[in-house]
Amino acid sequence: MVEFTLPKNSVIGEGKVWPKPDGATALREFRIYRYDPDTQNNPRIDTYFVDISDCGPMVLDAIIWIKNKIDSTLTFRRSCREGICGSCSMNIDGANTLACIKGMDQIEGVIKLYPLPHMGVVKDLVPDLTIFYEQHAAIEPWLHAADDPKTERLQSPAERAKLDGLYECILCACCSTSCPSYWWNSDQYLGPAALLQAHRWISDSRDEATDERLDYIDDTFRLYRCHTIMNCTKACPKHLEPAKAIAELKNLAIARSQS
Amino acid sequence: MAKTDSNDFAQKRPLSPHLSVYRPMMTMMMSIAHRITGVALYVGMAVLGLFLLGAALGSSAFSLVSWLGSGFIGATLVFLITWAIFHHILGGVRHAFWDRGLYMDPKGREFLALGTLIGGVAMTVILWTARLLVG
Repeated sequence: MVEFTLPKNSVIGEGKVWPKPDGATALREFRIYRYDPDTQNNPRIDTYFVDISDCGPMVLDAIIWIKNKIDSTLTFRRSCREGICGSCSMNIDGANTLACIKGMDQIEGVIKLYPLPHMGVVKDLVPDLTIFYEQHAAIEPWLHAADDPKTERLQSPAERAKLDGLYECILCACCSTSCPSYWWNSDQYLGPAALLQAHRWISDSRDEATDERLDYIDDTFRLYRCHTIMNCTKACPKHLEPAKAIAELKNLAIARSQS
Repeated sequence: MAKTDSNDFAQKRPLSPHLSVYRPMMTMMMSIAHRITGVALYVGMAVLGLFLLGAALGSSAFSLVSWLGSGFIGATLVFLITWAIFHHILGGVRHAFWDRGLYMDPKGREFLALGTLIGGVAMTVILWTARLLVG
């Protein structure tokens, strides 16, 4: 449902300004969303100063530096630090991306960090991805093909090439949580990430469930809540094009209904 | 379809900020503008209907609606409606391309989004300049 304002328990207050590190010469100011589920308090924005001469170049390096040197309670997900695990997705400088591949030098002025937009917040920068994962499971992201093949399921290089731009998705949720349609209808609209994956399996020459897959997604809400706003494609840190994948899905669904 | 886990913590979780923190993207702004002009054109079509009704009812009725449309508020409203029509038409063209998967690349999508904005304003200005010149 469209609701432009935040619920009462989500309104953000002003938080703490943490002291500047001693003897630092090159400082960057960070304003970071904090929420502690162990208190009754609303979320707040804390201000930190990072000594960039003492830390790596990426936003993730900076928040790890904060956690190590200033405030060990700052909570976020991270793992690979090279843009392949999708853990450190968050809203950085007003757009969703991965903290590990976003350089601090790409951002002017104060660096603002929020959790992925319009999600339940578990703690600080950690959103609840339960629904997001359920949507991925709903499109059945595995091969549907007859059991017990006598040989390998062969694929020509041309057939394999159809999966390029689709299979690289790391499920970081940057795209889905950048989409206003997904914000208002995440309980019914599958969202760009799940739809891109639906397209990935429909495009797979070895998959035999194209019709069933299209049956499932060809729905006013599941597919057609996409209004081509394009935030998804712009947000994708892997430079994939969920908006285009969704347009192609719509065309496949239409072509099928006309044949 | 999807269900959240129903434990206490999940119920109490705050919602992370969305519209208020997301940087205004050109394509997102044009999507919003497309919605707004679309809704505004419901009013616009009612105004157009009023003119047609005036024309159908005869000269005195038509001169009344013409007079309403020539005052400052009326003329501004008609001017804005023509802009909304052009903006919405170009927005429709943009979506017709995108629905076919065309011009979705970074250059193409920004060009179409900006083109909707500039084209809508330009077509409105051209129409009204032509009207003033014709008299």
